[in-house]
Amino acid sequence: MPNSSSINDEQVETLITDVLEQYGYDFTGYSRASFKRRLLRLFSLDKQVSFAEFRYKIANDSTYFKRFVEQITVNVTEMFRDPVFYKALREKVFPNLGTYPFIRIWLAGCSTGEEAYSMAILLKELNLLNKSLIYATDINPTVLEKAAQGMFPLSQMKQYSENYIGSGGTKDFSSYYSANYSLAKFDNELKAKMIFSTHNLVSDHSFNEFQLILCRNVLIYFDRDLQFKVLQLFDNSLEKLGYLALGTKETTDFSPISKRYKRLETEKIWRKLSDEKL
Amino acid sequence: MKNCNALVIGGSAGSLEVLIKVLPKIDINIPFPIIIVVHRKQGTDSLLSELLSTKTALIVKEIEEKESVLPGTIYIVPSDYHLLIEKNLTFSLDYSEKVNYSRPSIDVTFQSAAEVYGDKLVCLLLSGSNSDGVNGLITVKNYGGETAVQDPLTAQVNYMPAQAILKANIDKVLKIDEMSDYINSLS
Repeated sequence: MPNSSSINDEQVETLITDVLEQYGYDFTGYSRASFKRRLLRLFSLDKQVSFAEFRYKIANDSTYFKRFVEQITVNVTEMFRDPVFYKALREKVFPNLGTYPFIRIWLAGCSTGEEAYSMAILLKELNLLNKSLIYATDINPTVLEKAAQGMFPLSQMKQYSENYIGSGGTKDFSSYYSANYSLAKFDNELKAKMIFSTHNLVSDHSFNEFQLILCRNVLIYFDRDLQFKVLQLFDNSLEKLGYLALGTKETTDFSPISKRYKRLETEKIWRKLSDEKL
Repeated sequence: MKNCNALVIGGSAGSLEVLIKVLPKIDINIPFPIIIVVHRKQGTDSLLSELLSTKTALIVKEIEEKESVLPGTIYIVPSDYHLLIEKNLTFSLDYSEKVNYSRPSIDVTFQSAAEVYGDKLVCLLLSGSNSDGVNGLITVKNYGGETAVQDPLTAQVNYMPAQAILKANIDKVLKIDEMSDYINSLS
């Protein structure tokens, strides 16, 4: 028989209801298979012995709830992840946006910030950083604190440097950070154009109008209905002729907003059409 | 097993050669989905599905997230994502931490499939050089599913199937040329 110390589907629903009632965090639209797997992982990481205790702790201990949010959401990311994607930004998106007087970018689900620093490096190399603003948001305040520090493990730099080169970067990647024991501290100049803020894609509204929205590998954790809702939020937050970028396995197809967008060839980047084309 | 609802095949080093030999002999009227999880380099997805689709008349496709699992289709798990299966028989992709140094991890998909398909699931583990998949086979067995491995003697790298035989309860140990008959008999 399946492991008795595990959590069953009914208990997963109970926790989702608890968390919504106690804290206002709404996980009802999350894909259950991933969500359950994260729950089981936390249950076992923290050596929980019974569902009842686990449930009590989540509902009554707000410090533990913070950990719950941190561990339930996936915070795996890289600098210049999918180099080809960054190459497309460099060669196809920013040449257009570069003609604007000001560029507002929203990184939704920015996690620990690797993507924000990659973006800042890209903008700096294209001489656009001064007129850009990067709004980096996440549901999870803990990762945002980390993101604001701009320090990443030095051990990752070899991989990130390879990614950077793959994205069309021609500088010495190590010129963007200084080594500090086991950490690479990225230049403050890169951070100067970032604004970090919590934002919950499920319950929070549009807060500005952007020329570029990136949300990569976040929608995969949502069910179709929630995906459509979030895509609508992005649509409401994106200027005409602005760009929406999703993860390599995500799409606007099947969603009601898709008719207002045109995909950039093979990239997971969509451009919002102007009124005349609608 | 009869009335199998899904077959999941996992493999690592040396498994591609096996798939190339076995897929051409799979009955094109096979009434269940075949889901293939193989370890490989990032960004080579379309190459793998293209290659495998030349070996069979069945539809071979790389999985799109939230698509429905259909019978008679061969699904390839994309590189660098874990594959999970939802109760409503749709696929979910997941970019969480690597498991057994692997993403996709065979354990993750075997375990997820076991929860959904229970005793109507068959999982087959092929050649490979680490033990990803072994814990998954244990879960599959716990849920009443059927477990099979490539005969280590016929495997290019025998570690993976050998570990499975050592640690899990394995129903069938198959030579490469026995696999297609076995798979065709599951319907």
